Amino acid sequence: MSARVAVLKAETRLFTREPGTLFWVLVFPPVLLLGFGLIPGYRDADPDFGGRRIIEFYVPGTVLVALITASLQAMPVALASYRERGVLRRMRTTPARPSDLLVAQVVLHSAAALLAAVLVLALGLGMFGVELPRHPLAYLATLALGALAGLAMGAVITAVSRTAKMAGAAGLSVFFPAMFTAGIYVPLPALPGPARQLAELTPFGAAAQALDQAAAGSWPSWNHLVVLTLWTVLLLAAAARWFRWE
Amino acid sequence: MVRGEGKDHAENMSIVQVSGLRKSYGDKVVVRDASFAVEEGEIFGILGPNGAGKTTVVECIGGLRVPDAGDIRVAGLDPRWDHAAMTEVLGVQLQSSELQPKMTVVEALELYSAFYRNPLDWRTLADRLALGPLLHQRFGKLSGGQRQRLFIALALVGRPQVAVFDELTTALDPRARRDTWALIENVRQSGVTVLLVTHYMEEAQRLCDRIAVLDRGRVVAIDTPSGLISMSDSPTVISFRPSRPLPHTDLQALPGAVSVAEHGGHVTITGTDETANAVIGLLAAGRVIATQLRVVDATLDDAFLHLTGPNPRGDN
Repeated sequence: MSARVAVLKAETRLFTREPGTLFWVLVFPPVLLLGFGLIPGYRDADPDFGGRRIIEFYVPGTVLVALITASLQAMPVALASYRERGVLRRMRTTPARPSDLLVAQVVLHSAAALLAAVLVLALGLGMFGVELPRHPLAYLATLALGALAGLAMGAVITAVSRTAKMAGAAGLSVFFPAMFTAGIYVPLPALPGPARQLAELTPFGAAAQALDQAAAGSWPSWNHLVVLTLWTVLLLAAAARWFRWE
Repeated sequence: MVRGEGKDHAENMSIVQVSGLRKSYGDKVVVRDASFAVEEGEIFGILGPNGAGKTTVVECIGGLRVPDAGDIRVAGLDPRWDHAAMTEVLGVQLQSSELQPKMTVVEALELYSAFYRNPLDWRTLADRLALGPLLHQRFGKLSGGQRQRLFIALALVGRPQVAVFDELTTALDPRARRDTWALIENVRQSGVTVLLVTHYMEEAQRLCDRIAVLDRGRVVAIDTPSGLISMSDSPTVISFRPSRPLPHTDLQALPGAVSVAEHGGHVTITGTDETANAVIGLLAAGRVIATQLRVVDATLDDAFLHLTGPNPRGDN
């Protein structure tokens, strides 16, 4: 067994021992969707939204919530605590590389967010009759790009936080803006024009709109994809610039 | 020193060689021109007060830091360029590097075994280090001594030729410390060379074949523990309770006497063997009866203070 596989196996086991992470990534987003679905009127066709139902906008939103909790909250705290405790340092003295641990964390948090997305889509379909994405490939591609942007943002949070506590606080400070731009407080189409355009320039705003378009059956508009790509490149460069192993 | 004695000096390659090592952090010079060689099969100590640069030396050997100048070889490998190969011959326990708190002992042993090409059977290792009953405990729940035992196991699991232990016993209670000492002797008996970093004199004196004393980034002495003690200008301590007070000036004037102190009628004189003889002569000549007369060797403690004191002889 290669070191990388062994690390992934060990980290997977440890991941299942983090009830907080499991709750916020896997349980909270479906419960949130359930809550929205129970609000009277959210399940009825709304003339203000071109005859669409509000709950339909909340499906991509809650898919992104899973991504947000995984990449901005869970992963930075996990990585910063590994660095703080010297877990990465210890690994540097073995034939394994600390980057194996980094890769394992990225893989696990993306996998968890993807699983949560499946749960949310299934719940939307089963409970509220929200159709599955009509363009699955576009949906998956958008989700992957969104995940990359989110994880890159998480990596920046890890890079600029000296301790796990600081990573938690930094994560929380971007958590609420991220939730807002993903359309969790107010669905993006309900925002006044300029506010919506501004939200669409953020990674999660662009991702929310792109997911909605893919769900409706088309490839997302290029401007959303460009915004997401630019953010990803920028954040990855920042993370690479500032990240320290110890 | 131990096994290399028979060989010709020129072809005798030490298992760890550090020459002219220099390292600064910003303006602060932490290690200046440190040189020493560790021979195969010995327990070599690096002893020094806090902030002497011990950990930096070890981090350079372990390939975690790049020296500003100097050369390091571990089993002939350069930690800078042969990092991957070196991790197979060097097992390291660094200070302040933990494990994931929710990882169990058995998971850690299995994981670290998987890192190496030809690992030891971790079950045997766990038995040797009395980790058997702890296999399913999480790292976060282990006591200090139990953690150190696990760290020793992880440092050894790759069958290294050299094991580095940095301040292994610092946070341990005296009992756990003694248990750990026995384990370190055990490690050497199994054929692994040990590089031990410590600031405990007793530990260094008890375990090490040779010691490098590090002070403010400089190696001020390298010798066996007894060699270091005899380097002190007062290797002998004489103490007694005289039947009547003796004038300090007489005692101070004894040959080789370095210091004289009196506490509640109890006199302590430091000096050499010669001083001890002179004290006895003085007592006999003055018909003074001395009770509780003790003549003991100075400890490594005394030697260490002498070497690293505010004005050590080796300072330049």
